[in-house]
Amino acid sequence: MEATRPVNGKVNQLGLQKIEYDGSKTTLCAGCGHNSISQRIIDAAYELSLPQHKVIKLSGIGCSSKSPAYFMGRAHGINALHGRMPTVATGATVANHDLLAIGVSGDGDTGSIGFSPYKHMLRRNVPMVYIIENNGVYGLTKGQFSATSDEGQKTRYYGTQRFPSLDMCMEAIVAGAGFVARSFSGDAKQVRELLKAAMAYKGTAVLDIISPCVTFNDEPDSNKSFAYGKANEYPLHEIGVVLPFEEIQVDYEPGTVQQVKLHDGPTIQLRKLEAGYDATSKMGALARLDQAREKGEFITGLLYIDESRPTLPELENLVETPLAWLTEKDTRPSRESLDQIMREFM
Amino acid sequence: MATAVLQSASATGAGGGKDIINDFSIVAATVNGSGSQTANMTLIRALFHMGIPVNGKNLFPSNIEGLPTWFTIRVSKDGYIARRDGVEILVAFNDQTVVEDIRLLPPGGVCFYSDELKLFNRSRDDIIYYQLPVKEVSREALDAAIASGAIRKDDRLKFKGRLASMVYVGVLAQMLGIDMTAIRQALENQFKGRRKPVEMNWNIVQRTADWARENLPKLDPYRVQPMNETAGKIIIEGNTAGALGAIYGGMTVAAWYPITPATSLADELEEYAAKLRKTPDGKATYAIIQAEDEIAAIGMVVGASWAGARAMTSTSGPGISLMTEFVGFAYYTEIPAVIWDVQRMGPSTGLPTRVSQGDLLKAYLLGHGDTKHIVLLPGSVKECFEFGHTAFDLAERFQTPVFVLSDLDLGMNYWMSEPFEYPAKPIDRGKVLDAEAVKRLGREWGRYKDVDGDGIPWRTLPGTEAPGAAYFTRGSGHNEYALYSERGEDWLRNMARLAKKHETAREYVPAPVIDQRQGARVGLMAFGSADPAVVEARDRLAKEGVETSYLRLRALPFSESVRDFIAAHEEVYVIEMNRDAQLASLLRMEYPELATRLVSIAYADGLPLTARFVTGQVLAHERELAGAGR
Ligand SMILES: Cc1ncc(C[n+]2csc(CCOP(=O)(O)OP(=O)(O)O)c2C)c(N)n1
Ligand code: SF4
Ligand SMILES: [Mg+2]
Repeated sequence: MEATRPVNGKVNQLGLQKIEYDGSKTTLCAGCGHNSISQRIIDAAYELSLPQHKVIKLSGIGCSSKSPAYFMGRAHGINALHGRMPTVATGATVANHDLLAIGVSGDGDTGSIGFSPYKHMLRRNVPMVYIIENNGVYGLTKGQFSATSDEGQKTRYYGTQRFPSLDMCMEAIVAGAGFVARSFSGDAKQVRELLKAAMAYKGTAVLDIISPCVTFNDEPDSNKSFAYGKANEYPLHEIGVVLPFEEIQVDYEPGTVQQVKLHDGPTIQLRKLEAGYDATSKMGALARLDQAREKGEFITGLLYIDESRPTLPELENLVETPLAWLTEKDTRPSRESLDQIMREFM
Repeated sequence: MATAVLQSASATGAGGGKDIINDFSIVAATVNGSGSQTANMTLIRALFHMGIPVNGKNLFPSNIEGLPTWFTIRVSKDGYIARRDGVEILVAFNDQTVVEDIRLLPPGGVCFYSDELKLFNRSRDDIIYYQLPVKEVSREALDAAIASGAIRKDDRLKFKGRLASMVYVGVLAQMLGIDMTAIRQALENQFKGRRKPVEMNWNIVQRTADWARENLPKLDPYRVQPMNETAGKIIIEGNTAGALGAIYGGMTVAAWYPITPATSLADELEEYAAKLRKTPDGKATYAIIQAEDEIAAIGMVVGASWAGARAMTSTSGPGISLMTEFVGFAYYTEIPAVIWDVQRMGPSTGLPTRVSQGDLLKAYLLGHGDTKHIVLLPGSVKECFEFGHTAFDLAERFQTPVFVLSDLDLGMNYWMSEPFEYPAKPIDRGKVLDAEAVKRLGREWGRYKDVDGDGIPWRTLPGTEAPGAAYFTRGSGHNEYALYSERGEDWLRNMARLAKKHETAREYVPAPVIDQRQGARVGLMAFGSADPAVVEARDRLAKEGVETSYLRLRALPFSESVRDFIAAHEEVYVIEMNRDAQLASLLRMEYPELATRLVSIAYADGLPLTARFVTGQVLAHERELAGAGR
């Protein structure tokens, strides 16, 4: 199902053309999976008619983390430190809870140096889209293994991976995340729809997208390669996002479609390809992921969704106006209050 | 109650000698976690209410319960608040240390000791002993408190230490002449007027004071007398002052990770923000986040500041080192950040509950590649408050990390002060372009362009709705328009501008406080909590015929007046609490032509400096010079 279409085929609801969501020209390798993800971000933002001044783009360090420069050039962006983007996003979203934060990271950036920030961001339910462009290697430092490469995996320059991998989706679910998805950069439609759902979700939305590194990890025997993904992707469902102003299609057999209405209005429709998969079951999701790992299956889709947990800014019980825009009147207590405190210390 | 008069016939200073009034120190040697803090604070506050200048220093171990702790109260009619090496009056409540504590008393010193001590013996006969009826009084007080329901039976052990400590409050009050109404007032203050604990403690104080009047003949010369030196003053810890400063400075985001001695700054921030910074409907105009580590804390600060908050963190040396990469990033990407470093003794865990000024160079140069920062150096609790708010103005004005270098002594001890003044200037958010300005400037605006000649560019905040308002912040090479660049020229221009910004800061940061004496050959230079010892040392030196000028540094980078001060004196003693003379080294780097005038007094043993030490060092060197014919 195609969720939304530009009003007249050329511009979206803000009257913007898709090209206006572009960023600067990519400097990544031709064919790099990360480039297609950037394109999907552009698609999703365009289709959702996102006002770019309300978006912030954040990243860590890596080829993947360079990509925020390559989409939505009219949004503020920050390319932070290796592994530390979640902390920057935490501060930024608390400072201004009106902004939509889109974070791009890599498997090295998230799974190793940034593992603690990742887990703590999830615990806190920092409101943001968190994309892991997962290629199983450190692209930017030339092909070392990352923590998401599977045991026994071979790469061109670094031999065989001797340790088991970390599964960023399982880690997310265990840490309390309420939106956890896996996809494949070669599956344009699924990535786009998942991105739209993630952008509409109010807490941390994790997207672990297998994104082949054509330079260091694209041998057909690598399960992070393009060929492998194309041949083996196994979507659990077909996902579509229905915006509030669109009509929900109802021509499906009972039990074949799961619908999740987000607080902001859009509805996520999951047309089941694997009967019985319930995206609202935490243990179900974990069990299925574990099974997939055991069997070497490449399952994709919205693995888990639950919108009940409050986000960090909600928990902080902040005033309506973003903290960043408060003025002296709001942030400097009165002269009398200081006099009173001084008297207490006399 | 048993009579317990113990005296030593040969004790000097006893009886007939001259009274020593308002000029001595008391040390309470207790066990950490025993609850003596309330007793110590009651004494300090009572003396303060009597109008006597007083200062309290807690020397505590890195431990929660069981290790020794010493709380020193200095009473000084002359208003000196530095640590003194000699303590005349000992309150001995700790078996582990009693032998050594007694050994350290000067001849004629006084030892009040608990009758519960097992290892106590009268090892010296040149001091005066008073035994305190701790066993009986605390048992009876506990029984009474439990009977009246003031405390629960299960809490007996918890309260035992606290009530036992009150015994020395009562006896000292009687023996030193502390005004009982002042004690009462102090207790009210201490317990914020809560009736039950006030009464319970007051009873013990009264009772033991009465007992002392009847049973302990006064043998020592130490007394207090009311003065009028504290009226209108406050008594407060530097960390509380700093937290209040931040709140009045419009802090909107704080992120921190627990570490002694910085933790109480964040605790107080939390406490006062909850009182002062909520709207009538309970919404917060701030967020305080306990991060997972210091890297995360500074990351949150950088993210929040980038998005437009006034953000801060507080930590100590080990945390500062973890923040290195982010501080370098914030310097180069020009993101404001306020970073409190409440210094403790390192390297590593070092002496985590002892003081040092060992992070000066680290803070000044923290980062990788070429970095240098604005560092504020509060020398009093009042300046902790003041710099607590101006640090934000500076950070936002200069779009850069600003350090506030406090220390354990300043941060965690009790200092007398004039009340803090309400910020005189409005909040300065620095050079931020709003949507209108961006539209007007169009393509002329460049995020890293120096249009005002001061090295400081203009920034925009996320959320600004204007074409061209957005830019991409990156730690990698960038040009004036924030575009990626590896060109040498762009790099050089940017770094030169950052250096210029630093130059602009010289005359913008808090100026040194200079007391230049006509004709003085000798200058003294110090910063932070070394100040009280230097102030006192100057008086001592003057008595020895050495007239001194004094420059108290309040910030880095140095202003021109620092150079002038050095140039105006033949010798400038640079006094600091670290091993490697960090301030002196910086001065030598900055003013090589004046380097030979600098004499370093760098010393750090974990304790606050004393005037005796400073005086001794200066005199020894002066005599050496005189001997050498200069
Ligand atoms: C503190 C720090 N350590 C190491 C590096 C070097 N480094 C840059 S990118 C990178 C790995 C990136 O891998 P990944 O996140 O998977 O991104 P990819 O390039 O594969 O997209 C490393 C180790 C760094 N920039 N900072
Ligand atoms: S090295 Fe790999 S990850 Fe990096 S840009 Fe090239 S293909 Fe992409
Ligand atoms: Mg990678």
